[in-house]
Amino acid sequence: MEELRVRSHPVLSVPDRERVRFYWKGMAVKARGGEMISSALFANGVRVFGHHQKDDAPVGMFCANGQCSQCLVLMDGIPVKSCMTPVEEGIHVEPMDGLPELPKIREVPESRKTEKIEVPVLILGGGPAGMSAALELGKAGVRCLLIDDKQDLGGKLVLQTHRFFGSIEAVYAGTRGIDIAKILENDLEEFSCVEVWTNSTALAVFSDNKVGILKDGKNYVLSEPEILLVTTGAREKSLVFKGNTLPGVYGAGAFQTLVNRDLVEASERLFIVGGGNVGLIVGYHALQAGIEVVGLIEAMTECGGYAVHRDKLVRSGVPVYTSHTIVSANGTDRVDSVTIAQIDSDLNVVPGTEKTFACDTILIAVGLDPVDEFYLKAKEYGMKVFAAGDAEEIAEASAAMFSGRIRGLEIARTLGVSSGSIPEDWYETMNILKSQPGPVRELDDSYYGKGVYPVFHCDQEIPCNPCTSVCPFNLITIDPGDIMKVPEYRENEQGKGCTGCGKCLVICPGLAITIVDGRKDTEFPTVSIPFEFSEERLEAGSLVTALDQEGTALGDFPVLAIRKAGKRKGTWIVKIQVPRGTSDRAAGIRVQDPEVTVPLDEPISRITDDTIVCRCERVTAGEVRSHIREGMTDMNEIKAATRSGMGSCGGKTCTPIIERLLAEEGHRDDYTENVKRPLFVEVPLGVFAGVKDK
Amino acid sequence: MSNTYDVAVIGAGSVGVPTALALKRKGFSTLVIDKFSSPGQGSNKAAIGGVRATHSDPAKIRLGLRSLEIFSTWKETYGHDIEWTTGGYAFPAYEEKDKDVFQKLLEIQRPYNLNIDWLSKRELLDVVPDLNRRDLLGGTFSPEDGHCSTLLASRAFYDQAKQEGVQFRFSERVEEIKKENGRVSAVKTDKGTYRCSTVINAGGAWADSFSLPSEYRLPLLPESHEAGITEPVGHFLGPMVVDMRRNSRSSNIYFFQIEAGQIVFCLTPDPPVSGLDRRETSDFLPLVAGRMIALIPSLASIRVRRTWRGIYPMTPDGSPVIGWIEDFPGYFLAGGMCGQGFMLGPGIGELITRMAAEEELSREDREILKILSPYRDFKKPEVLE
Repeated sequence: MEELRVRSHPVLSVPDRERVRFYWKGMAVKARGGEMISSALFANGVRVFGHHQKDDAPVGMFCANGQCSQCLVLMDGIPVKSCMTPVEEGIHVEPMDGLPELPKIREVPESRKTEKIEVPVLILGGGPAGMSAALELGKAGVRCLLIDDKQDLGGKLVLQTHRFFGSIEAVYAGTRGIDIAKILENDLEEFSCVEVWTNSTALAVFSDNKVGILKDGKNYVLSEPEILLVTTGAREKSLVFKGNTLPGVYGAGAFQTLVNRDLVEASERLFIVGGGNVGLIVGYHALQAGIEVVGLIEAMTECGGYAVHRDKLVRSGVPVYTSHTIVSANGTDRVDSVTIAQIDSDLNVVPGTEKTFACDTILIAVGLDPVDEFYLKAKEYGMKVFAAGDAEEIAEASAAMFSGRIRGLEIARTLGVSSGSIPEDWYETMNILKSQPGPVRELDDSYYGKGVYPVFHCDQEIPCNPCTSVCPFNLITIDPGDIMKVPEYRENEQGKGCTGCGKCLVICPGLAITIVDGRKDTEFPTVSIPFEFSEERLEAGSLVTALDQEGTALGDFPVLAIRKAGKRKGTWIVKIQVPRGTSDRAAGIRVQDPEVTVPLDEPISRITDDTIVCRCERVTAGEVRSHIREGMTDMNEIKAATRSGMGSCGGKTCTPIIERLLAEEGHRDDYTENVKRPLFVEVPLGVFAGVKDK
Repeated sequence: MSNTYDVAVIGAGSVGVPTALALKRKGFSTLVIDKFSSPGQGSNKAAIGGVRATHSDPAKIRLGLRSLEIFSTWKETYGHDIEWTTGGYAFPAYEEKDKDVFQKLLEIQRPYNLNIDWLSKRELLDVVPDLNRRDLLGGTFSPEDGHCSTLLASRAFYDQAKQEGVQFRFSERVEEIKKENGRVSAVKTDKGTYRCSTVINAGGAWADSFSLPSEYRLPLLPESHEAGITEPVGHFLGPMVVDMRRNSRSSNIYFFQIEAGQIVFCLTPDPPVSGLDRRETSDFLPLVAGRMIALIPSLASIRVRRTWRGIYPMTPDGSPVIGWIEDFPGYFLAGGMCGQGFMLGPGIGELITRMAAEEELSREDREILKILSPYRDFKKPEVLE
């Protein structure tokens, strides 16, 4: 069969990697050399990676991040996490059906002693926060070790194909996340005092203040740093609904990994649950990869993410349903549809409002939780420990970079290496970057209709200002005292106005600036619209549907020209001709056929109660709830009674869900938390024994 | 709810809950008080679940035999599945001196009709085919011993006790055992006072803190051991395997495969780590991993899931302390379980109930109580821990 690959992408280059062959259930299939087994399986249409030993339920990809163990497969007879294990030529991969047999080893293998390493500063996590901190430490000449469990540095930056918000000077605003990762990585190479271990996972922080590390995926190393910096990022929250463990239901981050990192066409048609920035952005990323997006639901009355992100999605033709919830994921061994319904102000489903849409994937984007277990343990054990980025507080990657820089400097000061004080306004900037979006403001439209001018489709307060930095005549301003304010356009004192150069349009991360030019034809001005999809979707002379900021169709208008903005892949500027009046409202071009978003005639209702709380041990919400109602409020007791949290993910997925169930039953604070124990991820016993490679 | 009971049990753990159940079944109104917020949160949940009768002194042998009977018939008697498996205990010997110790022990155990015997190398490999064969001399095997899930068993005893009317108070700290007219009159906690004429101190590693008379000092020497559990794999290991070879950092290790397919393992550090610290250390995994692989090389590829640390409330002679406190009528001490509270608890509970009911005790019971007396000299070390 044809491999499911993203073959063209407006931003990403499709890698030309060496092809390897491996076997799935004995059949030869192809992969891109070096890609993870999970991605190779997805590209070959495999969604069911095994069946659970307890109830034979189909199991598939869930986190794509090495955390959950749902993607276990047998590689040459040994269970491995397929999302963390690269494909190699000739390997035999089998589904994990039931329990694996332990391969027989007859002779005691040779082993070495556990290596102990000395380093003043250990940084866990090479994402935006960790790399930024390491850079500051590098500048101060502090010896540090930065470890990351992935093959490449960058953390979630490597999935972010969009341009970043914030300000250019503080956090590379206007640059794409994937490019920021490269910039930071290159900058890090300047500093010989910064050592980097990729493919290396922190396993535990012990009470004797040592940190156990799985180096290069195979060697166990103990480190006793003077200072520990935890920049381990976040994990996706999960959600309980019927059918929530069907293969095809997974996290938005997992989807970005498959599509943006590995360029796998992970879905044909998807549905998104959650209207925060992650959900909104992932929908846009899907469209960019040529994947249809049926819709997005948000339980609240408004999306929580930036309005500009929401707008990008709706004006591409994706409906956003607020005050809606997911009722069920439907299908037998993989998702074939989703049922949603409207909810009232008490979050109860309004009967009769159910709608079912055909889709093969349901992405869960209902928020993030800090990966803070190392931080909390280190604190409990009296270590000198700092946290930055999402591990400290969930916010945008721009805030993570800035908090990383600050922590880096603070650590240098703590070590007595740097005596310089940290500018007070850095803390302010960090807090601003962490801000939630503010109110929507009335924009000035007094200058519309004269000559050439920019129109801002950006009326919500967010921490962002690159448009002000690129205008050659400084005609765009945002209150210098408050980056949250909305942009304003004004001719300068010499009467110089917009020339229509398009720099602001290209750098705007929200794609929220258009340029209306009525100089040639005042009745039918041209509107320049930024376009981040494959230009093959457009043709000069053809008609396109223009949409306003809210996604309302304004009519079909001719394309006059398509121009590439800058040398690199990414943004196109599309000029369309729109009648005066309407021209100021045109904000985007529809890329998705409205047919995609039509619900099925027959709503599907799921009868079975397979709402799973603990995926590893297949514990249902009903079981947990009934124990809570009997009076169990000690999570350790719930664990003992149900096995929830005893599985391979170590309670990472179910703990927040059980806490939510406790809260729903009236135990918001009066419950006993789970005792957290090592290890962070499962590691073979032989690694701890120092067994040498064959 | 009434605040008056016949008996108050301190500690809802391995000993306290089975004891309360036995007392209630005998007709005593019984209250259990625990400082933790649910049952088994002290050392019970840290136990790995081995249950044997093949001890080296008559007290533990007899209590072990009865406990074994209770555990192994629990499901048919009460209905809860505690994942009991009659897998036996295997003690492989790789050195002549271990072989000698094991065989001498058989002589001590023989009079009690325990089903334990010396197996040749080939016979032992039939029982544990994956054992490292090099230098293996054979070993002892006791097929009637076994193991179960401590979490499920603890839950089962608790559910049964609750169902039969035992009252439980969690998140309450015992502050004082009150005395009136020369005997126990009440237990005072941080939340209330409960009248009772008998108190059973089954407070485990914390048992020495509950109003023992100043003349009596419970020689409690808590130590910590670490344990761990792996991912589940297909069944390949029947018995609990115990490796008694001492090295510079540890004395024995032991592990078995639970019904769910996971390997549960534990190590006894040497020298002992004293104290009540239950936080995990970096020493444990490298130490135990090397020893487990040396015993069963295939274990090198099984993945470790979790580790934890629990408390062994040791006594100088390695045996529990069970009996009435002489200067405090109505005060019964059941402490110092030396890490065997889980496997001895049910038997101890029944013995305590016979005493509380003032039944005529058998010769065997009297022998047990003499060996485990709070007033013994605590000198005799055990041959086999």
